[in-house]
Amino acid sequence: MYYYVKNLQFPIDIKHRNPELAKVIVSQYGGPDGELSASLRYLSQRFGMPDKNSKAILNDIGTEELAHLEMVGTLVHQLTEGLSIEEIKRAGLDVYYTDHGLGVYPQSAAGLPYNAVSLAVKGDPVADLTEDLAAEQKARATYEKLIDLSKDDPDVVNVLRYLREREVVHFQRFGEALNGVQEKLYQHNQFYLNK
Amino acid sequence: MEECNNDKNSLQREIMSYNFAINDLVLYLDTHPNDIRAISLHSQYAGKLDMLNKKYEELYGPLTINFTSQENSNSWAWSKEPWPWERSVN
Repeated sequence: MYYYVKNLQFPIDIKHRNPELAKVIVSQYGGPDGELSASLRYLSQRFGMPDKNSKAILNDIGTEELAHLEMVGTLVHQLTEGLSIEEIKRAGLDVYYTDHGLGVYPQSAAGLPYNAVSLAVKGDPVADLTEDLAAEQKARATYEKLIDLSKDDPDVVNVLRYLREREVVHFQRFGEALNGVQEKLYQHNQFYLNK
Repeated sequence: MEECNNDKNSLQREIMSYNFAINDLVLYLDTHPNDIRAISLHSQYAGKLDMLNKKYEELYGPLTINFTSQENSNSWAWSKEPWPWERSVN
């Protein structure tokens, strides 16, 4: 089960509204390599994991991703709260505003609604953990692009740098879990992948 | 009043730091379950966090739903304090 802890994982205090940034950062909320994808991917894949380490790491990283989803939603919320209609129109946020107001909707930067095709669950630990390694790298790369786009606002950059760093840690832990799975499942097998 | 807010913020930051340290240790221990140094650090930080959470709850309000501090209260403490996504609490 889950219960809520009334804290963010990392403090967020955005002083200046910025609709342009909100438009791109929302991609890490509901885009293809975003935190909603990440949390659903790991929390769904965990049911198919074979050993103690891989079950634990998918459960716990999947849970941390929910905290990151909350952080990215908080960024979008604080960057847009209180925008005037003029500011919304000037930033081109009017197309988003039409359907979502200033709520936080899971979509990509290009406006595609969240889609679960952005994740896979194969029920095969090697396939799933290999996907997870790639997912962490894609999320890291996305955060780096967002950092490039957010250079003018240190309040935003600090948060994005923190989230980027967590992807690096998760990549390491998934690599360790994959090594463990391969050692246990294939210890009498001279090939890298065959069953 | 401002001093009170500063105390509250610094206690909250301390709690967030311990939460983070524990989470990172948990991920490490998931793939290194026999590292006794990390296990001992986890216990130490978890003990400290428990203490800080109780202190925060007594002074400012609950951080999780299983709080015990409202026995003599006539209004619902859980929703009284601001939520973490609101600008004022960070």
